[in-house]
This record gives sequence, structure tokens and C-alpha cells, in this order.
Amino acid sequence: MTTVTDAARDSATMLGRNLKHMLRYPSMTLMLIGQPVLLLLLFVYVFGGTMGAGLPGGSGRADYLAYIAPTIVIMTVASVALSTAIYIAKDATEGVIDRFRTMPIAKGSVLTGHVLAALAQTAIALVVVVAVAVLLGYRPGAGVAGSLGAVGLLLLLGIALTWLCLALGLAAGSVETASNTPMFLMLLPFLSSGFVPTDTMPAGLAWIAEHQPFTPVIDALRACLDGTPTGSAGWWAIGWCVLIAIASYVWARRLFTAARAG
Amino acid sequence: MNTRIAAIEVAGIQKAYGDNAVLRGIDLTVPVGTVYALLGPNGAGKTTMVRILSTLARADSGEARVAGFDVRREPDGVRRSIGVTGQFSAIDELLTGGENLRLMADLAHLPRAEAAARTTELLERFGLTDAADRRAATYSGGMKRRLDLAMTLVSRPGLIFLDEPTTGLDPRSRRDVWQIVRELLADGVTIFLTTQYLEEADRLADTVGLLDGGRLVAEGTPAELKAQAGGETLDDVFLALTGHAATPASNDELEEIR
Repeated sequence: MTTVTDAARDSATMLGRNLKHMLRYPSMTLMLIGQPVLLLLLFVYVFGGTMGAGLPGGSGRADYLAYIAPTIVIMTVASVALSTAIYIAKDATEGVIDRFRTMPIAKGSVLTGHVLAALAQTAIALVVVVAVAVLLGYRPGAGVAGSLGAVGLLLLLGIALTWLCLALGLAAGSVETASNTPMFLMLLPFLSSGFVPTDTMPAGLAWIAEHQPFTPVIDALRACLDGTPTGSAGWWAIGWCVLIAIASYVWARRLFTAARAG
Repeated sequence: MNTRIAAIEVAGIQKAYGDNAVLRGIDLTVPVGTVYALLGPNGAGKTTMVRILSTLARADSGEARVAGFDVRREPDGVRRSIGVTGQFSAIDELLTGGENLRLMADLAHLPRAEAAARTTELLERFGLTDAADRRAATYSGGMKRRLDLAMTLVSRPGLIFLDEPTTGLDPRSRRDVWQIVRELLADGVTIFLTTQYLEEADRLADTVGLLDGGRLVAEGTPAELKAQAGGETLDDVFLALTGHAATPASNDELEEIR
């Protein structure tokens, strides 16, 4: 009989295993953190002057930094989630998952362990990325409520994207495929309100940008960090994250439980 | 475990992947404390049989009870009773040998002190003490296989599945594995192994089942089978019963079609 304590214990064991993996594979962790930092530097120092001047009411680089810092934070969450697809695909191809599935361990603890490890890694990556943004001059105006809202939103997004990447990684069948299929998560923020206001885009593209999940998530985070009301973006953001989390959870669990041909 | 209960009872197991019938009605019984070898060429359905019995795959029809539990309805009961070493190594290459064993001990919910003791004991028994703190990725093929086996034994299962345990191993590592199988048998463990090596079945098994094209074409002790087919070796038996040799043509074919 699997109890809640068994599930917690087995998930903690799996978390320990996944954290060891991150320590043993530091190049991956460095890349996950380095990628958003590089994007931040690139967009602030190369494009920032021109882009900032083009923002409504904006005058230059500092304004653009304030505009894209929340986007880069979101991309950091996505970046860490991507690695989960690679880790789970590696597990599956190495036969370790088959071993776990022949053992009387709590159902789901393998996947839960990956999610917890990804959240821990996200927290570390976010500290680094936000520190760099602050060093560049970013000064969020959020109060206590805004900060809590931001943390809650990032946690929800992290859970949603990690489950999605677990499903994509399990569906991939190889580590190579698993490192490619979730890449759209790093591209979608470019087609959102993340880097430029959507009303500057051509009509068709603007429609896509306004209706894809990253736009309300970025808008909501921006509002939280600025200490302004999130409005409808907040509810859309939560709705999208919950929807993606539940659908991906069901999908990942099904893929994990399904007996593979062989 | 009650010795009157068969460790494995299989009746009418069938399994197809698409149009490809892999198992076409298998019946077999493995008494507790014995070694059963499922012998057959690549693609005969050996791995599929192990996957069904170890709850990794579902049969299309038929019944299977493992350690008294129905594989379909009571998979957790089966999982509590068995250990499985698959054809491909199921070790965590980023962890050290010691950490791999410790992971198994933690998942088996062994108390901390016992987990440490069991890890040390198995490292010693499998000649991995010196390599305990090295990542498993650096191990040789034989060492990986020994670690794989050791991980299977952490929870002291009464029934162990070994899917082609010596495929791809050098002769010395192969003899090591055989020695481990004999020791397990001496401890009263039941072993279900698959192999494409006739010599392996001959040396280790109490009962040999010849699997060919998804059917069990013959079953008995190695001596019975040899007498039945009038041959000197199990090679002769296989040729007599199936019309073709069992030994794979080359090492390139060692990967069973999945």
C-alpha cells in the first residue's frame, strides 16, 4: 500500500538523485543560467538604446532594461524547464526508468523528483539573473504584495513548464530529440509582449502575440514587479499556467505509465 | 514464500506489437528455488516475456502469476517480490557505484544504518569496493553488469529476472555472472533468465524452455531435451526441434529486435 509518506519519501530520494546530477553536469547548469544572462546583456547593451527610445514614453537603455527584465526572468524559468526534458529522456534511454518501474516505489515519485529539482535549479538561476539585472540598474518597484505575486506566478509557471518538458522529454524517445522539441518555449517569448509592445507588430503577428500564453504571463509579472495592478493579464496568466500544468501532468503520467513496446 | 507455490505460473500468454505476433501462447511453470532458462535466438520473444512478467508490458491475453500475484491486477505485489536486471544496463551513470546502491536501498526504505551496511556488503561481494566512489560511467562492461546485478539484489528479492545477463560480456565476466547465479540459487532465490547461449542454459538451468517464433517448442531439463532430440548438445536439440541453429550469426545481431 503506497501512502502519502512513502510518496514524499520516494520523491525526496529522487530529488536527491537529480540534484546530484546537476552537480555532476555543471556545464548544463552553467548554460541554463548563462543563456538568459547573455540575452539580457545583448538586448540591453546592443539593442537597448534604440529599443528603449521606441517604447511608449521611453527614452533609452534604462527604460528598455525595465521593460525586458521580466521577460528575461520568464525565459530563465523556461530555460531550466528545457533541461528537464533532456534529463528525463536520458533516464528513459539508459534503462534506469525501466528499473524504477519494476520497483515498488511510489507512483509519480520519479517525475515529482524531476519537478522539485527543476524548481530548486530555477530558484538558483533566478537569483543570478535578477542579480545581474539589478547590477545593470534594474530597480523593480514592487512592494510586498507584488513580490509575493511574482514569486507565486514564477512558481506556477515553473511547475507548468517543467511538467510540459517532462512530457516532451518522455515523448521524444531520444536525448537529441528531447533537446530540440521544447525549444519553441525559448522562441515564443520573442513573439509576445516580452521584447516589444504587441501593437507595433503587423496585424496577424500581433493577434498571435496577444493570444499566446507568454504575453499575459509576462504582462502579469511586469505588473507585479512594477507594483501596478495585474488586471485581466493576471487571471489569464494563472489560467494558462494551470491549464498547461494539468494537461502536461496527465500527459507525462500517461507516457510514464504506458508500457513501452519491447 | 511457501515452497508449494510456484514462483511463476504462466498460461496462454499472447502478445503482439501491431501485426507482429511476438508471443503466440506461452505456458510455463517455475518452481520456487530453481533456475529456468528461456533459450532462443534474437527476436524469439524472450525480452517481451520478461517485460510482461516484470510488469513492464501487458500481455494481450493469458494469465501470469508471479510470486503468487497476478501481473495485471496486482503489479505492486509483483514488484515487491522481484528484482530485474534487464538486457541493457539500468544503472545511473552520473552517480558513483556506491551511490547507485544507496539509491536502491533508500527506495527500498531500508533504515539508514542497514542501507549503509547493505551497500558496503554488496560492493564487497561484487568486487566493486575499490571503484565505489567512481562514477559508474567510468566502469568497464563487466563492472557495469555486476553493479546492475548488485542493485537488483539490494532489496533481497526472492525471485530474480535476468534478461540476457551475459550478452556482450567477455568470458571472464560471464563466468563471474554464472558464479553469482549459483550463489543466489544456494540462498534459495528463484531465477528466471533468458539467454541465446546454449552453454549458459546447459550450465545453469534446472529447466530449459526453447522459445522460437513466439512459441515454446520444447521444455525440460537439459538432459531430457538432449535425450528427446537424440543429440549430444543443446545445439543439436535446437536444430532438431526448430530446423535452424540458435546461435546468433554475429555480434551485430546481439540487440534483440524491440
